[in-house]
Amino acid sequence: MRKFWGTFIVVFALTFVYAPIVLLSIYSFSNSKTLTWTGFTFEPYVSMLSNEEIIDMVKNTLLLALFSATISTILGTVGAIGIYYNKKWLGKFTSASSKIPVINAEIVTAISLALVFSFVFLRRTYLSLLVGHVVLSVPFVVLSVLPKLKQMDGSLYEAALDLGATPAQALFKVVIPEIFPGIFSGFMLAITLSLDDYMVSAYNKPDGFETVSTFVYKALRRPRNAPFAELRAFSSILFVLMIIVVIILNFRITSKNKKEQKLLRR
Amino acid sequence: MTDKTNFNGKLKRSFTFNRGQLCIPYAVFLLLFVIFPLLVIVYYAFTSKSGSFGFDNFVWFFTDETNFAIILRSILIGLVSTVGCLFIGYPVAYVLSRIKSHRRTILLLLFVAPMVINFVLRAMAMKELLSFFGLLGRRHFLNTVIGMVYDYLPFMILPLYSVLIKTDKSLEEAAFDLGAGSVKVFTRITLPLSIPGIISGITMVFLPSMTSYVISDTYTAKNITIIGSRIDDLFGQNDFNSASVIALVLLLIMFVTTAVTGGFSKDENARGVEL
Repeated sequence: MRKFWGTFIVVFALTFVYAPIVLLSIYSFSNSKTLTWTGFTFEPYVSMLSNEEIIDMVKNTLLLALFSATISTILGTVGAIGIYYNKKWLGKFTSASSKIPVINAEIVTAISLALVFSFVFLRRTYLSLLVGHVVLSVPFVVLSVLPKLKQMDGSLYEAALDLGATPAQALFKVVIPEIFPGIFSGFMLAITLSLDDYMVSAYNKPDGFETVSTFVYKALRRPRNAPFAELRAFSSILFVLMIIVVIILNFRITSKNKKEQKLLRR
Repeated sequence: MTDKTNFNGKLKRSFTFNRGQLCIPYAVFLLLFVIFPLLVIVYYAFTSKSGSFGFDNFVWFFTDETNFAIILRSILIGLVSTVGCLFIGYPVAYVLSRIKSHRRTILLLLFVAPMVINFVLRAMAMKELLSFFGLLGRRHFLNTVIGMVYDYLPFMILPLYSVLIKTDKSLEEAAFDLGAGSVKVFTRITLPLSIPGIISGITMVFLPSMTSYVISDTYTAKNITIIGSRIDDLFGQNDFNSASVIALVLLLIMFVTTAVTGGFSKDENARGVEL
């Protein structure tokens, strides 16, 4: 009985999570503005590829995510190392203010930056958008790196110095490799946060520049001439990519499990 | 000989390089782009449109009837969405955390994976589903809540799961052995132990669903205005003072809730729970 309810709730929740995306994917093979079946066609996919607005928004979003995640990862990793080793007020100040963007409402972060960029720097440019995305994601890089620093054997750095390494060598050849998993997951987190962001982009982007979020929001607010069939095709592609990633991870987890079991049996 | 060079090396290092100094670039960045912008918000909140300093905006904020209605509605939407997420998210997280095989990780992955699809695209998918079933255009409140629950559910499941997976299962077994029924085991053992997860789940869902106007604006054609939407409207009318005062109030709410739930002291990463 317990098992039945367990299965029931999981199946129900999975249906809730996937029904909208699956419905969208089915209707991505029908060329119409609203969800009506007008016969099977690849038309939305073809016209998506020739729709410059859509190609631009995808390019913009991907490049922005890559740039901001790279900057965030470098700044956040160096910052985390600094916070970890600085037990004075500076370390405490940095660690405390690093938490503000994590818990703050996104719209507050977004408009506070927009006010600064509009009145101090007088205009919103690609740079202001980039800075906004870095603000959004550095704290998460710091939060991914800090636990790895805490897990690391504290004497490793000193050992490297005693063996003749310079501080820079000790950092790059000992500390960084040791905390690399944290740096990597911080980078991935920064990418997803940037891809997902609407608020910061909406208030800090230059005019005429659209990310996926701002473009789709505009389409939903003013549906008259919006390319919904193409957007459905685009979502379906993302959905398929997501499923592929899940399948790959599934294989990796299963094979890892088998290996562990083999080792246990020995 | 080696001892001497080592000593000299260390002495030299302490003057030229200190690992703690590595947080300076990040501290400067935070000062410029987190602290300073918030001070600008404070400045605008305490300045009237004519530029004089005072509490006019606060008086406006607390006496304006539209604001009052919007705040009440936002809190209601935030509450109902959070309860909705808990209602679906808790049983799911509980069931997943009790699965013994590796299937657990894959199921969790299935719940979290949609997060890689853009937030607004997911909102669009749910909007199309609602309109497919003829729900759009009426029951604005219900539609908004469904949209919020749909978009924020993973943020509730993740912290709950990461707490439930860590709880000591032998405590539950001991309670069973001592004769407690399953309801009692849940209310006396499992639920109290999972409270930290519930709190971080609530903080992940409540504030965003009060302020993120993407769903309410697009699902209800602005028939439902939440607090974020109000800020957006004022900002669009170049009324930065009024927008700032609302932002400042949100900021204060955020500080109070975080202080109460102890969020400042822990280094938790609710979005990036490791699988």
